[in-house]
Amino acid sequence: MTTELLRDTVVLSQRCLRHVLRSPDTIITTAVTPIAMLLLFVYVFGGAIEVGGGDYVDYLLPGILLITVASGVSYTAFRLFTDVSGGLFERFQSMPIARSAVLWGHVLTSLVANLVSVALVVLVAVAMGFRSGAGVLAWLAVLGLVVLFTLALTWLAVIPGLTARSVDGVSGFSYPLIFLPFISSAFVPTEGMPAPVEWFAEHQPVTSIVDTIRNLFAAQPVGATGWVALAWCVGLLVVAHTLAMATYRRRTT
Amino acid sequence: MTTTPAIEITGLTKSYGDHVVLAGVDLTVPVGAVVALLGSNGAGKTTVVRILATLLRADGGTAAVHGHDVASRPQEVRESISLTGQFAAVDEVLTGRENLVLVATLRHLPDPRGIAEDLLARFALTEAAGRRVATYSGGMRRRLDIAMSLIGDPPVLFLDEPTTGLDPQSRIEVWRTVRELADGGTTVLLTTQYLDEAEQLADRIAILHGGRIIADGTLDELERLLPPATVEYVEKRPTLEEIFLAIVGDRPDRPDRPDRPSQTDRPDRAGGAR
Repeated sequence: MTTELLRDTVVLSQRCLRHVLRSPDTIITTAVTPIAMLLLFVYVFGGAIEVGGGDYVDYLLPGILLITVASGVSYTAFRLFTDVSGGLFERFQSMPIARSAVLWGHVLTSLVANLVSVALVVLVAVAMGFRSGAGVLAWLAVLGLVVLFTLALTWLAVIPGLTARSVDGVSGFSYPLIFLPFISSAFVPTEGMPAPVEWFAEHQPVTSIVDTIRNLFAAQPVGATGWVALAWCVGLLVVAHTLAMATYRRRTT
Repeated sequence: MTTTPAIEITGLTKSYGDHVVLAGVDLTVPVGAVVALLGSNGAGKTTVVRILATLLRADGGTAAVHGHDVASRPQEVRESISLTGQFAAVDEVLTGRENLVLVATLRHLPDPRGIAEDLLARFALTEAAGRRVATYSGGMRRRLDIAMSLIGDPPVLFLDEPTTGLDPQSRIEVWRTVRELADGGTTVLLTTQYLDEAEQLADRIAILHGGRIIADGTLDELERLLPPATVEYVEKRPTLEEIFLAIVGDRPDRPDRPDRPSQTDRPDRAGGAR
């Protein structure tokens, strides 16, 4: 059963990746908005934002990476929705294959596509002067966090992909995700915010993840925040996966 | 024959909230038969097919395909069936060939490419094989859809309204395909709301109405349910379909079943030769 799941997942991931390759604009579009934000905040607002020393682009990049993923997963929801509404999903479900491979194919494709978009954004940031003193281990830790965060949001995206009734409903779910980094330490330090907003910013997942990635890039110790970030990512992943699988099972009864 | 029927449904029920869709459906389909499930829109034809294809769980009753219970042995059921749904379930981004290779690979068959080429030739899609399916016409999509369903030679085929939304020529092509399959021994359960389609294709016709099968038999048996026919002479007018096909002049062959007079030869039923 496990080897079958693996084999079918590989086949179906190849199919989804072919979709991405045939419309590379989805990767570009995913990267364009975050890159535009990067330019806007660094070259327009950045001069007026005080982040306590260092280049603003270094401060900003971690949050922009999370926004990239948040906007990228809406394409995953869209591709899954297309399969469901077009009947391909049911065709696969009525075939003698490992059934959940259909979902895993979309999830792995989402991971690959989002990592490519993230890499594009990092390259632009480097061109804009982003520099990191991080060693190999720190880079791997950043990669690990981004992967976990992407998987968590992807499983979240599976839910509207399975249940949405229209294309608009599919893309709508990602707006709050894209907005969340704005109320965090991603753009400005939280200290300047009014108390209730600061409290929210300090206790939502984005702040701890952004702070951890920022410290990893700066080759600074991550401390307890690193564990909080990891806990958020794993926790979100578990919850999103559970909800997505429950939604998936409800569809077939 | 004493073999296990291809499909055996007993007392099948399904409701959505207060809305009863199936109120106890009984149906047996012998191996190799072509059975049409006839009913108006919303009669529950698709619900029956979805339950048989393990996509939906019934509330009560049992359904078995090739002796495997759909609820407890779904994987075995999926081994022996293929579903062609109401809308062509094809991948529009892939080419026709890639669609076929994908299904053959998922079914773990040797030489997926060879299988794809065979089916492309059989369904007259070789020329379009390298094009993305998004550029295909409705009839081509349906042909590809059915070709995908045939990969792995499943002994039981479900066709859910296979010709809804097709132009007359494509419809005739689909009919011809179904007849070929039936001749090859495949069991076919097809749902339709077109009476002539059931008449053309099916060995047996089951009428689903009010959540139950209210009639089940061969066309002759069903005809006997009506008062005996009186002989009347009526002027036979060509159907619009015949006129259309004659004018466009692109009429595919219509090999009708030898055991039954072809539709064009018989008096216009709707005209009331009763």
